[in-house]
Amino acid sequence: MDFERFIFYFFAAVLVFAAVRVITVRNPVHAVLHLVLAFFTCAGLWLMLEAEFLAITLVLVYVGAVMVLFLFVVMMLDINVSPLREGFIKYLPVGLSVAALIVIEMFLVVRARNFGTDAVAIPARHGADYSNTRELGSVLYTDYVYPFEIAAVILLVAMIAAIALTMRRRPETKYQNPVDQVAVKSNDRVRLVKMKAEERQ
Amino acid sequence: MVEFWELIREPVFIVLKIVAIVAPLMLAVAYLTYAERKIIGYMQVRIGPNRVGPRGWLQPIADALKLLMKEIIVPGNSDRFLFLIAPMLSLAPALAAWAVLPFTDTLVLADIDASLLYILALTSMGVYGVIIAGWATNSKYAFLGAMRSAAQIVSYEIAMGFALVGVLIAGGSLNLREIVLAQQGSLLHWFWLPLFPLFIIYFISSVAETNRAPFDVAEGESEIVAGFHVEYSGMAFAVFFLAEYANMILLATLAALMFLGGWLSPFEGTWVESWFTWVPGVFWLLAKTSLFLFFYLWLRATFPRYRYDQIMRLGWKVFIPITIVWLVLEGAAVVADIGPWFD
Repeated sequence: MDFERFIFYFFAAVLVFAAVRVITVRNPVHAVLHLVLAFFTCAGLWLMLEAEFLAITLVLVYVGAVMVLFLFVVMMLDINVSPLREGFIKYLPVGLSVAALIVIEMFLVVRARNFGTDAVAIPARHGADYSNTRELGSVLYTDYVYPFEIAAVILLVAMIAAIALTMRRRPETKYQNPVDQVAVKSNDRVRLVKMKAEERQ
Repeated sequence: MVEFWELIREPVFIVLKIVAIVAPLMLAVAYLTYAERKIIGYMQVRIGPNRVGPRGWLQPIADALKLLMKEIIVPGNSDRFLFLIAPMLSLAPALAAWAVLPFTDTLVLADIDASLLYILALTSMGVYGVIIAGWATNSKYAFLGAMRSAAQIVSYEIAMGFALVGVLIAGGSLNLREIVLAQQGSLLHWFWLPLFPLFIIYFISSVAETNRAPFDVAEGESEIVAGFHVEYSGMAFAVFFLAEYANMILLATLAALMFLGGWLSPFEGTWVESWFTWVPGVFWLLAKTSLFLFFYLWLRATFPRYRYDQIMRLGWKVFIPITIVWLVLEGAAVVADIGPWFD
């Protein structure tokens, strides 16, 4: 077994372990941390596929930003775990049938006939001067520029909509206005009064 | 036997190189704490540490020994595993990022293609150490500190990321070595001049990212004792400390590489250039890094702590709009071939 294969199996094992722990662990914070581990090992696997831009972006966006906010919310919510587990047996048949359906669907799509070496050519190994970032960028901004830009605008609209829906001005909340604070003159705050010294009694 | 040596030669050399980077870095961290205490001491008309060794030079060694000897106390009801792993999680990214930093044109451990992106990804992971520490401690103060710190780091990361986008547009590459080489010419070719607002924003954001004064609300001694590391003692605390200072050095080095021309001589293109050709490039890089580190200490001695709403306002309402405007301007300058930087 060469070193690369060893690394692949190592990452794959950690990934499967972390993914299973995400749904089996009791503490929600631990579940989020296992999801972080899953993302991170997944990025490692992508690196082995020579997709270094996607791998690093996965770490940057999902591990570095999205999961931090996830963790933030999960830590703030005081989730009581025991009521969540009450209906476990009751919902088990439904859950199992949905899971079975998903497994069957995935089996129909992801199998050796569709993704085996005789269906898809083995991807060529690129040389040391191959730049995944450059390749991705040149395709993204030429052939797929419209889908790319439209997707970006849709995301922006969704973001603005989310803010607009949840934002409400509450009149009782007190705000600082930094412009006023900076523009304050000493005369506005302190009044120096000239007065005569008082006579000694 | 020869075959075995062939097999392990590469890993052994990599490990040796890592040691050659990390060992001086740890020493630099130790003496940065000494420099901090001395410099702030002199700024406040004190002497600073002067008891251990001549002029207090052995003070950081004594501190490290003291922390090593102390007991690591794990609070009851805390999440023991996460409590102990949190300091490591904050130190590991700070060290791993050094793998791609170029010290000279040829001296770099891993000259990968997207090194700037790699650094951005790794520095964004440092926040986990803080959050996990705050949560695992199971204490209100630690938790509040962690929340403050996480919100602050995530906010300033955006401004910092945008500043880096400006650098990579100007450098035309994601590779730090090529970014430095794109600044060749003279002191005025360095990116601090065409990207001046981004340069300032990057530096201030890096102060906020490392939770240093005046952005150190995560520690906020006056309200929340010491923030996320309130319950840490001994070596576990020391690792947090190491991580903070290693991050400072990392971000200062990055600023030197991206805005002050890295290992390039400041006298390039002037008539005194030939006098300084014997100076190795690493020296210039270290000198520029030290300049930024001095700024860190200077800021700490000068400014009072920011109020929390002011921190958020500065990050979101001031820095991010400025960076976006400057990116648009820079894009226009690149299209218009405005020299000497963008042609």
